[in-house]
Amino acid sequence: MASPMHQFEIQPVLTLPTVNLPGVGAIDLSINNSILSMIIAASLVVLFFAVTTAKAAVVPGRAQVIGEGLFGFIDDLATGIIGHEGRKFFPYVFTIFTFILAMNLLGLFLVFTATSQLAVTATLGGMTILLVLLVGFIRNGANMYKLFVPAGVPWYMLILVTPIELISFLLRPVTLALRLFGNMLGGHVALKVFAGFVVSLGALAAGGGLGLLGIPGAMLSLGGVVALTALEFLVAFLQAFVFAVLTCVYLNDVVNLGHHH
Amino acid sequence: MEAEAAKYIGAGLATLGMIGAGVGVGTIFGNFLSGATRNPSAAGGQFTNLILGAALTEALGILAFVLGLVILFS
Repeated sequence: MASPMHQFEIQPVLTLPTVNLPGVGAIDLSINNSILSMIIAASLVVLFFAVTTAKAAVVPGRAQVIGEGLFGFIDDLATGIIGHEGRKFFPYVFTIFTFILAMNLLGLFLVFTATSQLAVTATLGGMTILLVLLVGFIRNGANMYKLFVPAGVPWYMLILVTPIELISFLLRPVTLALRLFGNMLGGHVALKVFAGFVVSLGALAAGGGLGLLGIPGAMLSLGGVVALTALEFLVAFLQAFVFAVLTCVYLNDVVNLGHHH
Repeated sequence: MEAEAAKYIGAGLATLGMIGAGVGVGTIFGNFLSGATRNPSAAGGQFTNLILGAALTEALGILAFVLGLVILFS
């Protein structure tokens, strides 16, 4: 039986020559299964919105309703959390949401989940936190320190509060990356472990005799696999949604720094 | 004790941290339900806050889970 961790191994799909960029260094352009599934996910997102908005009508058809529903869902989220300036950040939040959702869902249909690679989720988390820092410094300049010094807190409490706020801010990209990574990894490991039970208990039953007791156990595990797959679809959507919500919350912290809307 | 055995025990102990996340997420959803059944009209507007709280709590459990994996596979 293959190990449940086998599915997360990176395998080369297409070997391309290494390119030397001046000032950057050698870049390996080879395509592996992680990059392949990300390309498929990104293409599917573009294809989906190209198809659903191809024949846009005032009275939308079935496909257009799905596309517009997804669009309006994230639009409500961004403007609801960030306020009237949420529209500016909507493209980023929507891109991140649909890309993660496509990768998560593809992982349930293909053999490989791109979001179960820490490198992928850490890049997404890093991008979000870099955007937060960039927007924060452009909008607030030196007033960024107010992020760690809440207004209306007495000075003797600040000695305690400021380090906590600083640490919690530094942990944001870490938890952003680990949450997505851990959820996808844990879910897929559990799926494969239960699927492995079906095979090993079935092999036990094939031996006959007392081993036939393995059949109800195998049936139970098969039911478990079906239930877990249904749960994984929920988790796939929920984790993409959580990433989008947290991106909005972190952006709201720096966009509306020092005043609540 | 063999080092390999200690590694497996350590990985198991590290994942015990998920107990806390389980209690926390259960508290969040339980309290949300008890609030939502008392005032169903206000429940819809709090969905984002509900998911946000659950996600922030869950992250700590995932941290313990990842730590277990790191111990197991390093």
